[in-house]
Amino acid sequence: MLPYLTMNPFGFPVLSTTIFLPLLGALIILFLSNERMIKIASLLTALGTLAVSVFLFANFDSQTSIFQFAENFSWIAAYNINYMLGVDGISIMLIMLTTIISPIAVLSSWKAVQTRVKEFMISILIMETAMIGVFCSLDFILFYFFWEAMLIPMYLLIAIWGGPNKDYASLKFFIYTLFGSVFLLVAIIAIYLVNGTFSIPEAMFRNYSFQFQFWVFLAFGIAFAIKVPMFPFHTWLPAAHTEAPTVGSVFLASILLKMGTYGFMRFCLPIVPQASFCFAPLMIGLSLIGIIYGGFVCLSQTDMKKLVAYSSVAHMGFVILGIFTFSIYGFVGALFQMLNHGVTTGGLFLLVGIVYERTHSRQIYDNAGLGKIMPIYMFFFGLFAVSSFAFPGTNSFVGELYVLIGTFATNKVAGFLAIVGAVIAAAYMLKLLKQIAWGREDKRDIKDMSIREIIYMLPLAVFVLWVGLFPRPFVNVMEYTLVNLAMQLDKVSH
Amino acid sequence: MTLLPEIYILSFSVLFLFLSLGKGKKLLFPLARALSLGAVAVCLFSLNSEGLFFAGAYQVDGFSQIFKLLLTIGLALVVFMFNRDDEVENMPEFFMFLGLSTLGLTILVSSVELISILISLEISSFSLYAIVPLRRSKTTTHLEAAIKYLFFGAIATGIMLYGMGYLYGMAHSTYLVDIAAKMPSFIDKPLGILALLLTMTAFFFKLSLFPFHFWAPDIYEGASDATTTFIATVPKVAAAALLIRLTMLAGLPTAQLTVLLMVLAAFSMTLGNLAGLVQRDLKRLVAYSGIAHAGYLMLGLLSFNKAGNAAVAYYITVYLFMNLALFYVIMLLSKNGENLKIADLAGLARRSPLLAFTLAVAAFSLAGIPPTGGFTGKFFLLVTAFRAGYLAIVIIAAVNAVISVFYYLNLVRVSYSRESEDSAPFKLSFSEKALCWLFSIVIILLGLLPLNVLDMFSRVM
Repeated sequence: MLPYLTMNPFGFPVLSTTIFLPLLGALIILFLSNERMIKIASLLTALGTLAVSVFLFANFDSQTSIFQFAENFSWIAAYNINYMLGVDGISIMLIMLTTIISPIAVLSSWKAVQTRVKEFMISILIMETAMIGVFCSLDFILFYFFWEAMLIPMYLLIAIWGGPNKDYASLKFFIYTLFGSVFLLVAIIAIYLVNGTFSIPEAMFRNYSFQFQFWVFLAFGIAFAIKVPMFPFHTWLPAAHTEAPTVGSVFLASILLKMGTYGFMRFCLPIVPQASFCFAPLMIGLSLIGIIYGGFVCLSQTDMKKLVAYSSVAHMGFVILGIFTFSIYGFVGALFQMLNHGVTTGGLFLLVGIVYERTHSRQIYDNAGLGKIMPIYMFFFGLFAVSSFAFPGTNSFVGELYVLIGTFATNKVAGFLAIVGAVIAAAYMLKLLKQIAWGREDKRDIKDMSIREIIYMLPLAVFVLWVGLFPRPFVNVMEYTLVNLAMQLDKVSH
Repeated sequence: MTLLPEIYILSFSVLFLFLSLGKGKKLLFPLARALSLGAVAVCLFSLNSEGLFFAGAYQVDGFSQIFKLLLTIGLALVVFMFNRDDEVENMPEFFMFLGLSTLGLTILVSSVELISILISLEISSFSLYAIVPLRRSKTTTHLEAAIKYLFFGAIATGIMLYGMGYLYGMAHSTYLVDIAAKMPSFIDKPLGILALLLTMTAFFFKLSLFPFHFWAPDIYEGASDATTTFIATVPKVAAAALLIRLTMLAGLPTAQLTVLLMVLAAFSMTLGNLAGLVQRDLKRLVAYSGIAHAGYLMLGLLSFNKAGNAAVAYYITVYLFMNLALFYVIMLLSKNGENLKIADLAGLARRSPLLAFTLAVAAFSLAGIPPTGGFTGKFFLLVTAFRAGYLAIVIIAAVNAVISVFYYLNLVRVSYSRESEDSAPFKLSFSEKALCWLFSIVIILLGLLPLNVLDMFSRVM
C-alpha cells in the first residue's frame, strides 16, 4: 500500500469508468448509421460520463490532500510503468469541468455539424477520454499517452471541420504542441532514470540536484508553456481558434489550455521546486507580457473569435501569475481562474458559434446591433462578457482577486501591472459588448436562441453567478490539496 | 524436426519453380496465400526448438526462432497484400523468389559463423536482385533500379567480406563464439572497431542506414509495389537481428564504437527526415522514412545490453507492421501499377474511410505518436539509450521525431482535408477490409500492450 494513495472504495473502478465510458460510446457509435441516433448516443454517453463524475465528486473527501479513488496495476513491468490513477483537489475540479463541457459540446454541434457527423462525434468522445485521462493519470507514461493521444482527434476536428485556413492552422497546432511534448518525454525519462519509476507522486519533493532540476524545468516548461500558451509561444492559438469549429474552440479554450497550467502545478512545482523558484521571475515576467500584450491585441481585433482567442492569452497569464507566487492565495486564484476561463471563454466561443450559425460571419460589424433582435442572446453575451473582464459578482472576479492578493503580497510591481492588464480587459470587452448590443440600427432577420441553445448555455451561466456570489463550496474542495502544496514548497524554500 | 521452417520454405519456393513451368495460373494466389500461412504455422510450431547443426555453424535457438516467425509473418502479409496480376511479370517466379529470399533470411538469423552468414545473405539478396526488374511498366526505371540495387548490394557485400577478413585475422576462426572470446582484447584498438564496423556494413545496407542509404529511394521508386513492400520490410527484420548478434560480439561497449554508431544514427535520422520533407512520390517518401528509422534503431544498439537489444527487436516488429500498413494503402490505391503521388491521396477519407484510417494509424505510428506501437517502440529505444548515458543522441532523436511529423502528418492531411475531383467511393473487398483492420489493431495493440512481445524478446536476447 502506498502512503500517497487511498484506493478506490467502490466495487467498480470509478476513475477508469469515467475515462473509458466516452471511448465505449465512441465504439458503439462506430456501428450506428442513422445521424440522429449517433447524436443521441453521443449525448447520452457524455451525460452518462457526467453522471459518473458527479458521483465521484459527491464522494470526494475534501479533508485530505492525498490521491483518492486510486487504481494501481502493473502495465509494462519491464520498465516499471503502472496503470495508476487517482484524483486530488486540483484534478477533481478539472475533471468536472471536462465532463460538464463535453455534453455541452455535443449539444452545440447538433445543427452546426452537417458533414461526417459520425466521425465528428467519435472525435469528440475520444477527446473526452483523453482529457479526463490526462487529469487522472498518476503515472508519467500513462499521462503522456493521454496527453499525446489528444492531439489526434483535436487535429482532425480542426483539419476536417475547420474554416478556410484549416490546413495551416491544424498543422501549426500539431507541430507546435508535439515539439513541446518531445521535451516533456525526455524530461520524463530523465526523472525515471533517477527514481527508477514512472510514478508521479514518487517523483515529488525529492532532493534532486539543482542542475538536474534546472534542465527538467526547462523541458517541462517548454511543453507546458506551449500548451498554455504563454507569450512568446502563443502564435498557434489564434490560428487554431479561428479555424476550428465551435466545439474545437471550446475544447481548446476550456480544457486543453488548462493542461499546460495543470502541468505547472502538478509537475513543475512539486517535482522541481528549486528550479521553479529560480525561474519564477521569468515566468511572472512572461505572464505579465502575455496579460498586457494580449489585451492590446484584443483592442484592435475586428473578428469576434480572434478577440476571444487573444483574450485567452491574457487570462492564462493570470493563471501563471497565480501559480508562480507560490502562495496559497495565488494557487486558489490560479485554479479558480482555470475553471473560470474554461467556463467563461468556453461560453463566449459557444456564443460566437451561435451567432455564426445565423449570420455566417465572425466579423464584429456583421454581428453588431443584436440587442433588439436577439434579447436572450444578449443576456448571455453580456453576462459572459462582463465575467470575462472580472466584473464583481461574476466568477472571474473571485479568481482574479485571489491572484492579485497573492501577487501583491509577493511582488507589488507585478500586481500593479496585472491591474493594468485587467483594465485593458474591461476596455476591449466593453467595446465588443457595446458593438454587439448597439452597433447597428438596421433590422435584420435573425432568430433568437433556440431552446436547445438556452439549455446548454444555462449551466455555464449558473456557474458564472454561483462562483461569483458564493465561491466557498468550490474553495473547500480544492483547499486541502493547495494548502498542502504551498506548505511543502515552503519547507523546500527554507 | 528442428529445421522444419527452413525445409518448408525451401519446398515453397521449389513448388513455385515447378508451377512456373506450367501454364495454369488460376490457383496461384490462393495457393501462395495458403502456403504462406502454413509457413507461419510451421514457425509457430517450432518456436521452442533448439539445436546446433553443421559443426556449430547453424544455431537454432529462441532468438532465431522468433525472428523466423517474424520473417514468415512478413512474407505471408506481403503475399496476402499482393492481389493483382497486372503489376508484376512472371507471377510464379515472383513467388518463388520471395520464398527464396525469405529462406535466405531465415537461415541468416540462425547463422553463427561468418561463411554461413555470407552465404545466407547472398541467397536472400540474389533473389531480390532478380525480382526488382519484374515489373510491368512503360518506363525503364525498374531496370535502372535493378542494376543499382545489384551494384550497391555487391559493394556492400564486398565491404563486409573485407571486415570478415579482419575478424578472421584476429580470431583465427570464423565462428562467432571464438570471435567473441577474442574480441575484448581488440575492441579498443582501431583494428577491432574497423573489423566489426565493416562486417556490419552489409546489414547497414539492408537497413538503409547512412551512408549506405543511396539505393533505397531509387529502388523503391523503380521496383513494383509488391517488390518494394517486401524489400522495405522483411530483409530489415533479419538485418536488425544480425546487427544485434554482431554488436553482442563486442561484449562491453567501447567509446569509439558507440561514438561511430551514434554519428551514423544521427546522420541517418536527420538526413532521412529532412529529405523526406520534400518528397512527392509516396514510395520515395517511405524510403527516406526508412533511412530515418534505421537511425532510430541504432539507439537501442548503443547500449550493448539485453534491454537495448529487446528494444531494437520490438521496434523492428512494430516497423514491420506499420510499414506494411502504409504499403498496403499504396498498393490498393495505385492505378495500373503506377507509382502513387502524395497528391493522389486527396479525398481518400471520403472515398474510403477505412483506408484513410489505416493510413492515419500507420502515419501516426511512424511519427511516433501514442497510442500507437511506433511511440512505444521509440520510447523503449530512447529509454535504453538515455540509461546508457547518451543524452545527446536522445535529444537528436526527439527533435527528429518532430521534423518527421511534418511529412507523416502531411499524408493524413492530404487524405482528410483535401478534396479531389475523383470522388467515386473506393470499394474494398472483405479480405481487404479485414487486412486493413488487422494492421490498425495490431499497431495500436503493440502501442498499448507491449508486454508479451517485449517479454518474449527480452527472454531470448
